[in-house]
Amino acid sequence: MLTDRTAPAQSSNRELTIVQALREAVREEMRRDEQVFVLGEDIRIGGSFLFTLGLLDEFGPERVLNTPISEAGFVGLAIGAAVQGMRPIIDFQYGDFIFTAFDQIIQQCAKLRYMSGGQVSIPLVFQLPTGASGRGAQHANSVETIFFGIPGLKIVTPATPYDAKGLFKSAVRDNNPVLFCVHKHLYGSKGRQLAKSSISRGHVPETEYLIPLGKGDIKKRGSEITVVANGQMLHRSLNVAEALESEGLSAEVVDPRCLVPFDTELVIDSVVRTSRIVIVEEGNERGGWGAQLAAEIANRAIGYLDAPVLRVASPNVPIPFSPVLESAVIPGESRIRSAILELMDQ
Amino acid sequence: MQELSIRLPQIPDIAPLEPFDADLLRAMYRQMVLIRQFELKVNELFLQGIMPGTIHLSLGQEASVVGACMALEADDVITLTHRGHGQALAKGLSADSLMAELFGKETGCCRGKGGSLHVGDMSVGALPALAIVGASSPIAAGMAFAFKRQETGQVALNFFGEGTVNKGDWHEALNLASVWKLPVVFLCENNLYGVSTHISEVMAIEYVAERASSYGMPGSTIYGNDPIIVFQTVMAAAQRARSGGGPTLIECLTYRRGGHKRDDPGAYRPREEVEAWFKTDPIPAFRARLLKDERFSPSALDVLEEAVTATIDAAVDFALASDTPALTAALEFVYAD
Ligand SMILES: Cc1ncc(C[n+]2csc(CCOP(=O)(O)OP(=O)(O)O)c2C)c(N)n1
Ligand SMILES: [Mg+2]
Repeated sequence: MLTDRTAPAQSSNRELTIVQALREAVREEMRRDEQVFVLGEDIRIGGSFLFTLGLLDEFGPERVLNTPISEAGFVGLAIGAAVQGMRPIIDFQYGDFIFTAFDQIIQQCAKLRYMSGGQVSIPLVFQLPTGASGRGAQHANSVETIFFGIPGLKIVTPATPYDAKGLFKSAVRDNNPVLFCVHKHLYGSKGRQLAKSSISRGHVPETEYLIPLGKGDIKKRGSEITVVANGQMLHRSLNVAEALESEGLSAEVVDPRCLVPFDTELVIDSVVRTSRIVIVEEGNERGGWGAQLAAEIANRAIGYLDAPVLRVASPNVPIPFSPVLESAVIPGESRIRSAILELMDQ
Repeated sequence: MQELSIRLPQIPDIAPLEPFDADLLRAMYRQMVLIRQFELKVNELFLQGIMPGTIHLSLGQEASVVGACMALEADDVITLTHRGHGQALAKGLSADSLMAELFGKETGCCRGKGGSLHVGDMSVGALPALAIVGASSPIAAGMAFAFKRQETGQVALNFFGEGTVNKGDWHEALNLASVWKLPVVFLCENNLYGVSTHISEVMAIEYVAERASSYGMPGSTIYGNDPIIVFQTVMAAAQRARSGGGPTLIECLTYRRGGHKRDDPGAYRPREEVEAWFKTDPIPAFRARLLKDERFSPSALDVLEEAVTATIDAAVDFALASDTPALTAALEFVYAD
């Protein structure tokens, strides 16, 4: 059994990583509701990002199920259990393996409530490590983007420990399937790279709280330009915005936190104040959530804009392995900075 | 071209009816006749061009679905296939709400949002059907998982065709159900064909049930046109499941009387095979058996059949008289509150 050396200190202004915050969230929800259980591959020893570390000891093998490598099988099983009133949480080793269960998620999970005329609901959380992390094309998918167009699913992309905990607890209590996509560089699990920014570790209160799905959050106030970014891109955007602040440019950084439902109002309000917008996401540019947001802005706020909407995303290629190529493809701070400065010139 | 093996029906010895309660036998016959008349009516409405959508009729397979569902308790749950009208009626769906669903009416079992391929009613333990071949097997296992965890004593029964058993989801489901000893019955309606493809072209063993052993569960191949045999086999499997023994795979050999769907004449099937199977039509066969038992008379069965006809006619009237859904219904039930 692995031990968790980064266990939270019980002090009132304790700082946690996302994985620590998530572990608290799942434990609290499992204590609260007998119907919540977790299943996934090798979760007995913590799963690949240590999300389930210690769960087996507290809840036993009846509620912490080590599955075969059988994604379609155990996703379908979780759907059936959810139909009958349970609240499964599936821990995917990597979100990238979700494609082998595509039919179960898109055709069954997302549609069964609708096509049954509301006879069933499927409360089911998918814990999905997402994004590129130096492992080549098949372990670098921005899975949240792939599911963005599928009605019937909710999609959460938390970027801070505080948000992750409050959103995860809401996801478990939600009566719909929720894809909970955490960037692989954001968990902060032992032995894994952690994206650096002023908010990648952070205060998480000991008292219980929930964050509703579909409410975005302004991570930095600003007046001259709006930067909308999620996941790992939020941290990169924030680093850029903080640097620009000291150079005299006031950028507002908006974190949608959820892609479905999306807090469009928050972005519109911001852009009405700043009159400029850059949208930053890690996934491939074509078909990204930023395209949908750009269309919404064009539709509802074009009259407030002093410059065109600019998107920063990965080009339309699989994610390459070579570290120099990977960091050339995934939007980095210099690309985000150039985009902001380009818009300020207009 | 490789010659396809055809598989002619092998009719086993007919079990005596005496041990069975007359009400049970009557109900079995009534359900089979209900499905037969329902499907014939649906076909007629289709040919008249009144009914929308696509339709996969279950004519000829009545004994398997009725025998299976009558062996279950009311609160046990089934999953249905694309060929699901018979499965639904056998589990107790009302002919009214089923017919209305086929017409896309708001009084349908899924408020008109499912259609023929997605019929079901949770209140009678019929999960609305999943039309993707193989997809329902892990979901049935999952419902069984919940029953086991919640200690409800319920059982899930997963219907599928023999064309399904080469899908990964199916294999994953059988494996999971077996390693976790879930109370689920996997019931194959082996009608020899998946659309036009004979089972011997796509499976290198003779019987589907042979696969059970590789998952460590019992499997049996039975004559599926005898509702009594199906009833007894499913009853034993359900009892085993209920008492913690885990899953069972049952293969019912049967035959569809029509093509795969309404626009398919089924011309790919050898004449010899079709003729032999048509002689085993489960409904006249069961009627003849009942009439050898002194508890049943021709006139009583005639009355039963006429009552079913009235039920079907009323279902058509009900469906036609029902309203279509309000257009705003298209936006409802995407998400739960
Ligand atoms: C995954 C998938 N592939 C193909 C189809 C199209 N399709 C519908 S029914 C069917 C044949 C299924 O055969 P079987 O399982 O034997 O059931 P039967 O039609 O004989 O009742 C096919 C290929 C489908 N619905 N799903
Ligand atoms: Mg078949």
